[in-house]
Amino acid sequence: MRAEAIKAIGLTKRYKDKTAVNHLDLTVYQGELYGLLGVNGAGKSTTIKMLSCLTKPTEGDAVVMGNSVTANPGEVKKILNVSPQETAVAPKLSVRENLIFIAEVYGFGRAQARQKADEMIDAFGMQEVAKQRAGTLSGGWQRRLSIAMALISEPQVLFLDEPTLGLDVLARRELWKTIRQLKGKVTIILTTHYLEEAEALSDRIGIMAKGRLRAEGTAAALMQPLGVDNFEEAFILLSGEGTE
Amino acid sequence: MRTAAFASRNTKEILRDPLTLFFGVGFPLVLMVLLSAINAGIPQHAAMTMFHIEKLAPGISVFGLSFLALFSSMLIAKDRSTSFMLRLFTSPMKPSDFILGYVLPILPMALAQSAICYLFALFYGMPFGVPLLAAVAVNLPIAIFFIALGLLCGSVLNEKAVGGICGALVTNVSAWFSNIWFDTAMVGGVFQKVADVLPFSHAVNAARAAAAGDYAAIFPDLWWVIAYAAAMLAAAVAVFSVRLKRN
Repeated sequence: MRAEAIKAIGLTKRYKDKTAVNHLDLTVYQGELYGLLGVNGAGKSTTIKMLSCLTKPTEGDAVVMGNSVTANPGEVKKILNVSPQETAVAPKLSVRENLIFIAEVYGFGRAQARQKADEMIDAFGMQEVAKQRAGTLSGGWQRRLSIAMALISEPQVLFLDEPTLGLDVLARRELWKTIRQLKGKVTIILTTHYLEEAEALSDRIGIMAKGRLRAEGTAAALMQPLGVDNFEEAFILLSGEGTE
Repeated sequence: MRTAAFASRNTKEILRDPLTLFFGVGFPLVLMVLLSAINAGIPQHAAMTMFHIEKLAPGISVFGLSFLALFSSMLIAKDRSTSFMLRLFTSPMKPSDFILGYVLPILPMALAQSAICYLFALFYGMPFGVPLLAAVAVNLPIAIFFIALGLLCGSVLNEKAVGGICGALVTNVSAWFSNIWFDTAMVGGVFQKVADVLPFSHAVNAARAAAAGDYAAIFPDLWWVIAYAAAMLAAAVAVFSVRLKRN
């Protein structure tokens, strides 16, 4: 039996007159790449915010690698990292300085942080831009740096929020290759609007609608009972109003 | 370690922005040149001492520090508007790491700004001596007050709003109630009472006392500034904590 990396039970977030996430039960296993899909407003971002301790659940709880996000957010923060949707780099710092900075924030000493930064530069093929200021990089390089910054802390759990948004097809495929290399080593929750991306990368996919998890499984398992032969059709059926 | 790492990042952000350096150092010097020229044109029998360099230099050194509120507020508001801050909010950094990380890099800049201001004043006849070092040191808590005020504004307002609040309102209010450009006692009434409650005139009085070597006169006024600085820092940490939790 696989060990659980994330277990959410009854996770709920209510804002004044709106329930963004409604009693969500979710289990993600260690080393798994879990694709979390849904149309805008489905509750994906709020779920990620609660799991990464950015916002407190109104009800329920989630345990990340044995630590509760409500009772022990400090410990959870030490073992996870996030690559946010938009550019999340310090624009006036170089690629190397960005990496060293994040390593130090996660507790690595100066020498170790430099060594880790060099390792990430090699691993992500960023040698040619290592001294370049992050703000001057192309979108593709910035995304790659953003993911490298998320990985430099050696997280056990990684949240990738729309990692390839706005990238051209070549840059996207390059990034897919990088993400595939992480599978099995890090538990990843991926949110994306590109369905082919979720299908290509995810071990399992969860589809959210109106704050609830509507369906979960491999892409093939989600399509099969609906009698459709492409994932987009399945997504439309599962995320739309008709499945209420 | 986290504070040091964040402070180092902010130092680089500030130093790599030439406009910040110009306003930080250049603008007070331009003011000193202009007001010294005005002072030269004032007849001696008018007995107008406000723009004499012994009074003017400490005043301008304090006024220059009011721009730190703009820098610190812009820095924090700009960060808050990006996903970079979101990344840091998910890290193990604490509110105190953030606030100290913003304050520490601006302090050396404040000291350098004050030192350059007094060095420049030497060319206009400011007497050279130990009191000038004391005057630079007195500017330290004054700088902390302005930086913390900026951080407080930057924690609650967006980038556009802090430009207006810290760029215009704080610099104007700190100028009106400071005793730099005119004696608030001459206006009297409520205006003077407000000036006495706010820290700006106390800051200028303390800087002038230090620069004149009248050390005994520094502290009644500097306590006001220190109290305001401590309150602003505590408020900035508290507001940032709320922001961090509510994100």
